[in-house]
Parts: sequence; C-alpha cells; structure tokens
Amino acid sequence: MFKLLKRTLQRGPFTEPLAEETEASGIRRLTHRPPPWGRSMGLRTVDAGSCNGCELEIQALLNPVYDVERWGFRFTASPRHADVLLVTGPATVNMTEALQRAHDAAPNPKWVVAAGDCALHGGPFKESPACQGGIHAVLPVDVAIPGCPPTPEALCQGLLALLERDQKE
Amino acid sequence: MEPLTDDQAPPSPEPPPRLSDWLGAATPLVPGTPWPRHVLGEARWLDLRHHLFLSTWTLVDLWAEEKTVHVALLDDPAPEAGSPTTAILSLECPEGRYPSLARARVGAIRLERAIRDLSGLEADGAEDRRPWLNHGRFPLASKPPDADSDPDAPEAPYRFFAAEGEGVHQLSLGPVFGGVEASSQFLFHANGETVVRLEHRGGYLHRGIEGLMRGRTLREAATLAGRISGDSAVAYALAFAQAAERAVGVEAPPRGVWLRAVMAEMERIANHLGDLGAMLGEAGSALLQSHAAVLRERIARVAHRCFSHRLMMDRVVPGGVAADLHPDEMSLLQGMIREVRPHFEEIVSAYGRSASLLDRTLSTGVVTPALASLLGAGGVVGRSSGRAFDARVTPGYPPYDHVPMTVPPRDEGDVHTRLKIRALEIRASLNGLVLLLDNLPGGATRVELPPLAGEGAALVEGFRGEVWLWLRVDGGQVIACRARDPSWFHLPLLEQAVKETIVADFPLLLKSFNPSHAGCDL
Ligand code: SF4
Repeated sequence: MFKLLKRTLQRGPFTEPLAEETEASGIRRLTHRPPPWGRSMGLRTVDAGSCNGCELEIQALLNPVYDVERWGFRFTASPRHADVLLVTGPATVNMTEALQRAHDAAPNPKWVVAAGDCALHGGPFKESPACQGGIHAVLPVDVAIPGCPPTPEALCQGLLALLERDQKE
Repeated sequence: MEPLTDDQAPPSPEPPPRLSDWLGAATPLVPGTPWPRHVLGEARWLDLRHHLFLSTWTLVDLWAEEKTVHVALLDDPAPEAGSPTTAILSLECPEGRYPSLARARVGAIRLERAIRDLSGLEADGAEDRRPWLNHGRFPLASKPPDADSDPDAPEAPYRFFAAEGEGVHQLSLGPVFGGVEASSQFLFHANGETVVRLEHRGGYLHRGIEGLMRGRTLREAATLAGRISGDSAVAYALAFAQAAERAVGVEAPPRGVWLRAVMAEMERIANHLGDLGAMLGEAGSALLQSHAAVLRERIARVAHRCFSHRLMMDRVVPGGVAADLHPDEMSLLQGMIREVRPHFEEIVSAYGRSASLLDRTLSTGVVTPALASLLGAGGVVGRSSGRAFDARVTPGYPPYDHVPMTVPPRDEGDVHTRLKIRALEIRASLNGLVLLLDNLPGGATRVELPPLAGEGAALVEGFRGEVWLWLRVDGGQVIACRARDPSWFHLPLLEQAVKETIVADFPLLLKSFNPSHAGCDL
C-alpha cells in the first residue's frame, strides 16, 4: 500500500483540465437562477428508471480523472442535504412518488439537473406506458444534459452551467 | 423474504434423473434454435414439477406470453454422468392458471410474481402472492401489459415479512439511498447492530421493456436490449443478436463473432474493475478505489476510440457488429492491456497485504454452496460459492471454444472470495483479450438477416453472470422477447448473506454482489 501511495505522490494528480463546453455538448439551461452563495453544492442522484448506464458515467465523475469535487460538488447521502438533484431515467411510474418526495425533501433553494436522453424525453423508453417520458413531467428542470449516456465531460459541463451567473447580471 | 430452506426436496437414493431422459417421452415440438420448445399438457407439467424435486436441474427462466407459461431448464451433470441439456417447455393455460413451480425451485418465486403482474396468469399453489413489479399503479393483468398506468394513484400497501422479538427494530433503505445507487428498497429487521432479516423489494425501475419490444424491428429492439442493464450493454446486445440470428438461421461472420468477444471481455474487465474498486473503497481504501477507477476510465476511453462509444452500446447488432478494428486501434487496445495489467496487479497485491481490508472482507457475508445451487446463481456470486457454471462453456458459444478464459470456482462464498474471483476473472480476460486480438480473423463483420419467422434463444455470460434471452421474430419484427438478468437469483442470496452480519456491513455486501436492479425490473 505504501509503495503505491509513494508512487501516486510521485506521479502527481491524474486529474485533467475540463474541455470547454461547445455547441456539440448540447447542454440546455432552462432556467437562469445562479446559486446565491459561493461554489459549494450538495448533489443527490436520483435514479428514476435509468438503465444504470447513466449511473456509470456519474460514478466516473468521482474518479481522479474528472474529480468533480474540485468545483465544490459533493455527493450527499440524502436529498435532505442536497442543493441539486441529479436525475436520470425516464421517470418510471413506479418511481414518480419517490422522485417527488426526494425533491420535496431537499431544502430550498434547489435545482434539478436532468442527465441523459431518458431524463430529457424518455429516450428509448419514450413510448412506454410505464414511463412518463422524462423528468420534466414530474419536476421543474434547470439544466438538461443530453447523451445516452452523457459523457463525464458533458456531465461536468452541465453541472458547471449551474454555477454560471447570467451575463445580464 | 422468500423462505429459503434446502429441506424441501425429499432425499433420493437413486441417481438424479437426467433432463434428456425425461424429455425423451414424445411431446409436440415448436421449432426453435438451438433448443426447440416442448409443449406440455398439464399432467406433464405436474410430472415436471415432481422431477424438479428429484433432480438438480437448474431453473434458467420462467416467463409468460399471453396465456402460455414457458420455463427454461438446464441440466448440467458432472462430466462422467452425461452431457449438459437445455430445454424450453411450455404450458398453455386458457383458464389463466398454471401449477406453481416455486416449491420445487425457490428462484421461481419472484418470477411467478412478475408473471402475475405482467400477464395476469396465476400460479396455483404459490404461497407468496404479493405483487412484484406492480406497485398498485397498473391495473392488474391489463392488455397489453402496462397499458393505462396511473402515476398519481396511491401506492398499494405492501406487506413485508416481519421479524418479532425483544429489541428487534426496523430500518428501511430506499428507494433513494446510498451514494450513486439504482433505486430499490431494502427493509432490515435488526437486533442492535445485528441483522435478523433483510427483505428486498424491486420494481421501481420497471420500464415495460418487454411490451416496448413487441412489433419493433430487430435493429430497434437490439437498441432496447442493450439498455435493459446499461453496464451489461454488450452482454445483452450479444444475447439478443445470437437469439435473432438463430431464429432466422443465419450465422454472424467469424470476424464479427470475435469482435463481439473483444467487446464483451472489455466490458467484463471494466465492470469488474469498477466493482473491485467499489468493494475496496467500501472496505476502507479510497486510494485503491481511485486507482481502480482510473483503470476503468482508461478502458472506457479506449472503447470510445475503438468502438466510438464508452460503454460500447449499439455496436453488437443482429448479424454481426457495427464496428471494425483498424490496425492503429488494435495497437491502442494492446497498449491498454500492457498498461492495465501491472497497475491492476499492484492494486490486488496491495489489497492482499492489507490486514485492515482483509479484516472487513474475510468471512463477511457468506453464501453457502448449498444456497447458491438452490437458486442456480451464476457469475461471480455463483463461482464464489462452488458453482462452476459459466455460459461461455455451457452451453458455450464461439469464439470461447478457441480462447477459453474461465475461472475455477471456490467454496468460501464470502466478500473476500467474490473480490478474489473478480480479480481472477480480470486476469483471465486480459490474457484472453490478447489471444483474441492476436488471432482475429479477417473478412466481413456483418451479414443482413432475412425477414424470416422463427424462435431463438441464447445464454450469454455477462460480467454479472448468465443473461438469458428468448425471442420470437417474424418478417424482421419482434413478436415476443424475454430477457432474464442474473440478478434475479442473486438478490435472494444477498438477503440471506446479510443475515447475522452487522447493518454497517451492508454497503460492502451490496457492492460485492452489485446486483442490477434495472435488469430485473425490466
Ligand atoms: S440515457 Fe441511455 S444510458 Fe442513460 S439511462 Fe437512458 S438508456 Fe440508459
């Protein structure tokens, strides 16, 4: 373990600078409410029917390469500690109440980020009567990140979009 | 929690019956590749149940299609006792009822509950009649399944099994819980720190995939199949492609077959690394978890470069693969293997030398071989508890006959063994990947499938275990499709493994199983 630790310290961080967001990332800001405080946000993921592909890429945000904590995002164990709900999946009928309750449990002000094509418009499960065709059917969405699944880069860019202050301000 | 006792089968002094002998008695056959479907009458079905008590046949899947139930069985005897047999058997139930198999095979309990929710067929004699996928927001037995759901309907009350006694208390987790977790619910009964009983409840992620599949073209349905459980996208797409090809009697070209195996092994290595990291992190080493995560990321990037998708979704298609490997991509892949191997070995040996990590994993959360074979659990969970079963060998599919990469089972069944088996499988797959790349045949990667009618089935080894997929097609469209995730039989074992450990060990145990809720909820 110590050898590995020593080597890790010698090697330096794995963390890479984030690529600039481009048109191609397709990230949409649906509301413009910059957070009233600095740059520290509690994130709670809610799986509302995801195939778990999106979860894999969200987990990648925690690896040293993307290290989303460098921007002050922290994953919380409960929606009660969260400022942002990061929601995946097409909002299945069976998850609707839990999703609503998780949102109710988060203290105000709060933001909702919809991640993945499913969360945006139901994705491949659009036509299923067991799904609601996207998170917007249940919750107000602030930022939408497309992709099936979105890349960790796109997820970082989408989260950073929350922190941006409006130009007009 | 379903009752899981192994005293249900009466002891039989004679050698257990063989499935091939039992099938011998003539029954009407529906053609299907590679396993024709036997249509049974009710008397034969009851005889089948009787034989399930006497035999060691593994329940592969149990599902329904309108007014018919199908069961898939596998008889995998020791080599000296015979060769493996797989069979699909059907019973028509015009009255909407069929004799339950749950007493003979505990794995059938949840499957029968799901059948009732999806098609309204009742299992006669089943003890557990609680709904599984239906949380009270779908009218029961609606046609087509899942039609007119009502998300605003109040959730139907659900009765968990109780545990009573002085000092016993309840603790409920989910459906939203933990770190980045799939939604599902776990109810603990604990006495102080010690777990008395754990019961899992699923269905939250039910997307109605089987309904969505109907009437789709093969290409569209393959996309859906790859999204039943996103971390096993390649395994599911491979199972779907194999079943589709068999249904219309076409074989994928050799290069396509080998490239599929390259992707499948990359998926296995990436996911095992992720699980290994998650277990090490949960056991207390953020350092080792981070190193494993870096390796996983490395593989995802190479997958993106070589197959233009980080999870290789939609690259395995009916008829072959929708990708090819160019020489520079080959060397990228080979470079990745050279780089990952020593780094991975370093993580494993650091784990093996850390007393504090071993203290968490050794003898924690034991699944006994008896329980594992009772459920017919496959994959890492099965191989850590004495079951050698690996779909790459039985029933087997190319190219694994040329490039074997299986890992022998062990009996301990604790978290440490599941971690070890994962590590061994990573090593075997890295070696296998080298061989696959060295011997990659040339030629076409894909053929078109003719729009014929037929039935096909496949059993494919994903990183979690065997993925069963059964398919009926006609004119290039899916008529019916069924997929069974390995986690159907892992989750009941998780419930058992947690018993008598402490509540605080649950996250570690959960990571050691890493069940796919999406795969089971469909
Ligand atoms: S967007 Fe794609 S990867 Fe994400 S949950 Fe939906 S199907 Fe899965």
